[in-house]
Amino acid sequence: MAIYKLQINGQTKQVNVDPDTPLLWVLRDHLGLVGTKYGCGISACGACTVHMNGQAIRSCSIPVAAVGPAKVITIEGLSEKGDHPVQIAWDEVDVAQCGYCQAGQIMTAAAFLKTNPKPTDDQIAIAMNGNICRCGAYHRIREAVKLASTKA
Amino acid sequence: MKSTTSRRSFLKKAATIGGGLVLGFDWFSTEAQTVLSSLSKAELLESTSLNAYLSIAPDNTITILSPNPEVGQNIKTSFPTIIAEELDADWTKVRVVQAPFDNSRFERQVTGGSGATPHSYKKLRKVGATARQMLIEAASKQWNVPVTECNTESGFVVHTSGKKLSYGELSIEASKIAVPQEVKLKDRKDFKLIGKRVKNVENKNIVTGKPLYGMDFYREGMLYAVIQRPEGFGMKLKSVDAAAVKSMPGIVDVVTFKNNVAIVGKSTWQLLKARKALKVIYENAQGLESTEDHNKIFSELMAKPEATVRRKNGDPEAAFKNAAKVIKSEYQCPFLPHNPMEPMNFFAHVKEDSVELVGPTQNPGSARSSVSKLVGIPESKISLEITRIGGGFGRRLMDDFVVEAAELSSILKAPVKVIWSREDDMTGGYYRPAVRYRFEAALDTANNLIGYRLRGVGINAGNPTRENNFPSGAVENLLIESTEHRSPISTAPWRAPITNFLAFAEQSFLDEVASATGKDPVEFRLGLLNKAKTAPAGPVRYDIDRMIGVIKLAAEKSGWGTKKEVSQGFSVYFSHASYVAIVAEASLKNNKPQVSKIYAAVDCGEVVSPMGARQQVIGGIVDGFGHAMFGKLSFKNGVPEQNNYHKYRLIRMREVPEVEAHFVDNGLDPTGLGEPSLPPTSGAVANAIYKATGTRVRNQPFMDEAPFKIKASV
Ligand code: FES
Ligand code: FES
Repeated sequence: MAIYKLQINGQTKQVNVDPDTPLLWVLRDHLGLVGTKYGCGISACGACTVHMNGQAIRSCSIPVAAVGPAKVITIEGLSEKGDHPVQIAWDEVDVAQCGYCQAGQIMTAAAFLKTNPKPTDDQIAIAMNGNICRCGAYHRIREAVKLASTKA
Repeated sequence: MKSTTSRRSFLKKAATIGGGLVLGFDWFSTEAQTVLSSLSKAELLESTSLNAYLSIAPDNTITILSPNPEVGQNIKTSFPTIIAEELDADWTKVRVVQAPFDNSRFERQVTGGSGATPHSYKKLRKVGATARQMLIEAASKQWNVPVTECNTESGFVVHTSGKKLSYGELSIEASKIAVPQEVKLKDRKDFKLIGKRVKNVENKNIVTGKPLYGMDFYREGMLYAVIQRPEGFGMKLKSVDAAAVKSMPGIVDVVTFKNNVAIVGKSTWQLLKARKALKVIYENAQGLESTEDHNKIFSELMAKPEATVRRKNGDPEAAFKNAAKVIKSEYQCPFLPHNPMEPMNFFAHVKEDSVELVGPTQNPGSARSSVSKLVGIPESKISLEITRIGGGFGRRLMDDFVVEAAELSSILKAPVKVIWSREDDMTGGYYRPAVRYRFEAALDTANNLIGYRLRGVGINAGNPTRENNFPSGAVENLLIESTEHRSPISTAPWRAPITNFLAFAEQSFLDEVASATGKDPVEFRLGLLNKAKTAPAGPVRYDIDRMIGVIKLAAEKSGWGTKKEVSQGFSVYFSHASYVAIVAEASLKNNKPQVSKIYAAVDCGEVVSPMGARQQVIGGIVDGFGHAMFGKLSFKNGVPEQNNYHKYRLIRMREVPEVEAHFVDNGLDPTGLGEPSLPPTSGAVANAIYKATGTRVRNQPFMDEAPFKIKASV
C-alpha cells in the first residue's frame, strides 16, 4: 500500500492503495465516484473512459502509480451542472437505453470533439469504435456527437 | 370507451395525511380485478392489494410510483406517461419514483417477454382518468356548477366561464370524492403524451454519472466478494488451497459453499488480485462437452426416426412422396452469452429474521422466493430494492446471482455485495441454447408448396419451434417436430427466446423455396398468406392482415425490387404479439458482402412512446444483426472458449448499418416491442447476402461462413 495524491475533477484527493490498483477501482471503491463504469477490465469496451490531461483513457488499465500529477476528469466532473454540450446533446437525443455504457461514451465523445470539433459521420464512427453499447444505441450516439459539435 | 372499477374491491377511505389526493392501485392485476382506492400513503403501505400509487400534492407535484424493473426498455418513462395522459397532467410536474420490492403486495414485477405495456395499458389509462374525474368533481362542487361545464387542461380544471383551479389546489377536496366506478377514456386523437415525444426521465442522472446501478450500490460496512465458480460446465469442486489468498492485503475471508469459493474483502481490486493466487482443483462430475460433441449430437438427433410432434396437418409423408421437387436445408446457431454491459452483481444482508436485498434483477418476485427458501425466512421479511439495470436480455430473469449473494451473507453474517467480473459473467452463466434446424419443402410440378417439414434439435432448448407461427396454416401438409439433448451447460431465455434464431432459419429457408420456384420473395409470402386466409390448413394463430400490412409497408418503404445498386433481402416475423417485416440491403465491398441499410415495418399497435419504441426497434435490429454476424460461444471440455471482449466480438459503431423504422398507425392496443424486431433481422440480412454473393449463409455467426472468408481483392 502507498499514499497517492491525485488530481480528480479539480480537487486533490489522497488514497492509500496498492500501486497496481487501476484508476477505475480507485475512483469507484475509494473515492465513491461510481459514474465511471466497469465493463471488461481489459481496455476492450470503453465503459471506464475518463480524461487524463484532456485525453480519453481507459481507467481500468492505468495503475494508480502511473497517474502522478495528471489532471483526471470523470463524468462527475465533466461539467458543474451537467451542461457540457455533449451531456446536453445526450439528453436531447435520448441516447441512453440501459445507460450503463453512456458515461464512457460521453467521455470519449467529449475528448474527441476537442480534437475534431466538426467531425464527419465516419470520423465519429472511428473515434467511438472502442466503446461498446450492448443495447445498440449507436445511431443515437452518433447523432448526439453530431449535435454536440454544433453546440460547442 | 367505458371502463368500470369493481366496487367490492374499494378500500376504506381515510383522511389524507397532508398528502392531497392519493390513488392507490394494483399495477399488475388484470383488467377485471383492478383495485383503485383513494387513501393515505400509510394505508397504502399496509394494503395487501395495492402496489402503486398516483399522488397529487397541494403544491401541484404529481408523483407516480412505478414498480417495474428498468433495463433500458424505457418503462420508467412510458408507464407514467400513460397515466399522465389520461390525467391531463402537466408532464413537467410529474415525478416518477421506482418502487421497492419490499412486501407481499408485489406479485408480477417482471421485465421479460415484452409483456408489460400490453398487460397494463388500459389499466394505467383508467388510473389517470379516475383521478381526473375526481378533480373535476371537486371543482364542480367548489364552483357549484355542473360537472359537464368543467374540463381539464394540463394540470388545471377549467370552467366554461374561463376560471380555473390547479390540480394541487383541488387535491385535498378531490381526495374526499368517492372513487368513480366508471370513467371515460380519451379519444386517441386527443392524446398529448401517448405517441408524442417524451424524454427519458432518467436522462439527467445518466449523463452526470449518478449512482443508479447495482454495481454502484454501497452500504457502510458492507464487504465485497468475488466468487470462483467451476471453470467448466459439468465440473465439481474437489479441493481448495486458499492459504496464499488469506494473507493477502484486504482479504477478510475465503468461504467455500456448494461448488463456489468466495473471496471476501474490502475492495474490488484486492479481490480480483487475490483470486489469481487461489488454487482450485475440479473434478469431472457430469461429462464435459465440447462444441464438436454438440455437432455430433445434432447429427444423431436429426437422423433419429422419431421426435416430439408439435403440429401436424394433412399428410406430409404422402406430400413428400409425391413431390416433383424437394428442397432441404439445415441451419445452426451457437450458444450466446447475454453479455449485459453491467455484469451480474447483488447486495445481500441476511439478518437473524429478515433479509435485505438490493440489486439489478428482471425478476424480483422469483429472486425473493428463492432466497426465502434458501434461508428459511418468510418472504414478508425480505425486502428487495430494484436498482436501474445495465442490460438484461434475459440473463437477469435467473436468480442464481441473487441466491448466492444471500447464501454468502448468511454464512458471513454480514452485508456483502457479490461482483462478477466480465470473465465470470461470460463463462459462468446461462446462455442462448445452441440449435440446429432441418427444413424440407415439397413442391408439385407447378411449383406450389404442397408439403413442409421442420425438425428442431436443441441443447437445453425445450421446444425450439413455434409450431403455430407462419407458415403453419398456409401449407396443407405440414409436420413440425422437435427433440432435445440435455446438457450440463445451462441455458436461459435470451432476448426473443427461440425466435431469435428460428426466425432467421425459417425466413432464409422460405427464401430458398421462393428462389427454387422462381417467385419473388415478397410475392411468395403474400401468396402463402392468401392461402392461409382463404383455405387455412389447421388453426391460424397470427393475424394474417396485420402480417400482410407490414410486408407491404416494408416493401414500399424500401423500394423493394426497384433498386439496381444494392441486393435486397426480405424477412417477416410475428412474435410477442407484434409483426415486423425487414428489408436488408447488401453490396460487395472488396469481394465481401456489406450490409448498408435495414428497413423495418412494425405493427405493435398503439405506439405509446415513439422515442422508446424507435430505440427498442433499432436496438433490436442492431442486436439481431450484430449477434448473427459475430456472436459465438464455443466450448472445449465444458469450458467456454471466449471469456471477454477481446475474444468475443460484439458489434461496434463502424459495423452498424443505417436503420429506418416505420410504424403502422392503427390505434390497436399496444403489443410487445422489446423483442419483436430482433427475430426477422438476420433472415433479411442472410437473404441479402445470398442475393449479393450467390452463396447461402446457413450458420451463425455469418463471419465464419464462406462469403466472409473470401480474400479481399485489394
Ligand atoms: S472496463 Fe475499461 S475498457 Fe472495459
Ligand atoms: S445503453 Fe445499454 S449498453 Fe449502452
